[in-house]
Amino acid sequence: MQAKSDHHDAPLADKDEIARFNALAASWWDPNGPMKPLHRLNPVRIGFLKDAFAAHFDRDGKAMQPFGGLNLLDIGCGAGLVAEPIARLGFSVSAIDLAEENIAAAKSHATLEGLTIDYRATPIEKLPEAPTYDAITLLEVVEHVPDVSAFVAEAAKRLKPGGMLIASTLNRTMKAYALAIFGAEYVLRWLPVGTHDWNKFVTPDELDHTFADAGLLPKERAGMVFNPLANSWRLSGDCDVNYLASATKPD
Amino acid sequence: MANGGTDRTIIIGGFGAAGASLALALVRGGVEPGAITVFDANPDSDQAPDKPDARILALNAGSRRYLEALGAWEKLADQAYPMRSIAISDTGLEEGIRPRLLDMEPEAEGGPLAHLVALGRLNHVLRGLCRDAGIEVLKGRYSGRTASSTAIEVRIDAETRRARLLVGADGARSAIRTMAGIPMHGWPYGQTAIVATIRHSLPHHGEGAQHFLPSGPFALLPLDEYRSSIVWSERAEKAAEMLAASPAERKRAISARAAGWRGDILEVEAVSSHPLQLALARRFVGERIALVADAAHVVHPLAGQGLNLGFEDCAMLAELVVERLRAGLDPGMPDLLETYQARRRPAAAAMGYAMEGMNRLFSNDSGPLRVMRDAGVGLVNRMPGLKQRLMKAASGQTGLSPRLFRGEAL
Repeated sequence: MQAKSDHHDAPLADKDEIARFNALAASWWDPNGPMKPLHRLNPVRIGFLKDAFAAHFDRDGKAMQPFGGLNLLDIGCGAGLVAEPIARLGFSVSAIDLAEENIAAAKSHATLEGLTIDYRATPIEKLPEAPTYDAITLLEVVEHVPDVSAFVAEAAKRLKPGGMLIASTLNRTMKAYALAIFGAEYVLRWLPVGTHDWNKFVTPDELDHTFADAGLLPKERAGMVFNPLANSWRLSGDCDVNYLASATKPD
Repeated sequence: MANGGTDRTIIIGGFGAAGASLALALVRGGVEPGAITVFDANPDSDQAPDKPDARILALNAGSRRYLEALGAWEKLADQAYPMRSIAISDTGLEEGIRPRLLDMEPEAEGGPLAHLVALGRLNHVLRGLCRDAGIEVLKGRYSGRTASSTAIEVRIDAETRRARLLVGADGARSAIRTMAGIPMHGWPYGQTAIVATIRHSLPHHGEGAQHFLPSGPFALLPLDEYRSSIVWSERAEKAAEMLAASPAERKRAISARAAGWRGDILEVEAVSSHPLQLALARRFVGERIALVADAAHVVHPLAGQGLNLGFEDCAMLAELVVERLRAGLDPGMPDLLETYQARRRPAAAAMGYAMEGMNRLFSNDSGPLRVMRDAGVGLVNRMPGLKQRLMKAASGQTGLSPRLFRGEAL
């Protein structure tokens, strides 16, 4: 979800810029717009986050706002497609992205929605290096970073002991190449060509090793499978293409 | 409140049994009552529950479980009459004896086939529960909407309200459906249902009866021991004649059709008539709009399925919306609406066409056709598997039925 770095030095108060960010936010948040695949994926991945966090923090998964008193860092937040719903569930949310314009779009949309989210355009390593967060999410972002181990380690440093981290990404299988790159980029045109580089995809076992190296305990894994007939996603044991994985930090 | 609150708002147009039940189902699922608004041009027109009310519904087991979950059943149970079996016959009017063609009885643990409940009382109970729950009920007429990718602005009289989702529960002539430009496909049957309550000299023992007469089906549905509700479908001209007839003539005509199944007919009360139609909305959803119950489909009331289908729509929509809200997500997104439509429209279409087909098959006096349908129904009777499946469908227990219809919590 983390867009290519596209820095602007223009002051954020510039009127044209604000109009542009509003338009960008509108396009991110249009359910039939360019981010349609992420909107379709959202109910499934947020369902997983919610159930995993509810079980881990011993909260009521059926409540509308179960996560009061907990804070969460969303890394690679884009325009806030995950940060906003997670904030509605009661988490106090901080969210970061490398792209200034994503953050400006996210801020503009959160204001519209009346949500309080601490958005910042910064890389993870620039955040204070202290165990600050009860929960951290890295969704559809691991496959875009140059060094997965270093990236996960930076995130893990900011997780409180007893906290939980959840990542979602693409597996490095031929099936993932066929579906996520050839299918989604070239055939269905869901995503711009070049969105993904198969060589950067991470297998679930590699991700678990990365977690362990960062001092985390791998916990749970689930695949996300698209059903073209129902035009929707569901959780599955099949982690061949899209999958989610959770890990906890020992007390 | 900074995070949460008005961004979960749902507006329901129509405060009948379907709209009121949906509002309650959402609240039972954990939606704050303050996030729900129901509007209706006549929100206070509850019928006094003890007045004779011939508008009787046959609620199936799924509807009963749904109403139990809403806390409505306990307030209805003392005036919900169980129908334990139904006998079906197929004869010409002149034939005094109506042999049984098909008997439907539920499995031992399944409870009654249906419960007969007066619509006025059902509305009264559901509306009362909504008010008790603190759900806002506005008096006003729908005058249009503007939908965007994040919200829908709903105009009620001169007022504009913002919501995530607008639900059209505003009946067969739904303004919400019409203004969304969603066409209704259907045709009138040329038949009218005459509905009345009769008192009879013999007890019914909880048995219903459906006589398929050439001009249309005639159903006797058991109320308290010596009273039954009748639903008598007739050609429109004949029905008009009956409504204009004297009470004595009416009684004679009804006695001829009941053919002695309940002894003598002592009294006929609360007679009303309803033109029959079959109609199905081309889409059950629009941009940030979902249609439920009669706003989406009108089916022949042959098996009292109309409101059962409507309640099932509401139970399904409530389930999908609550699931979304529990994930902090927008309940008006197109993928949710597509799922709702995919789960409910085929069910309504199938029920509509099945009822229509059955009615056409039976509302006919052609000799060969009668032999064929008698053989057909006899066959169903001798194939328990098939009959059970038919009955399961009629009682709302199919694979994709919503949780509240299966007796599970949201």
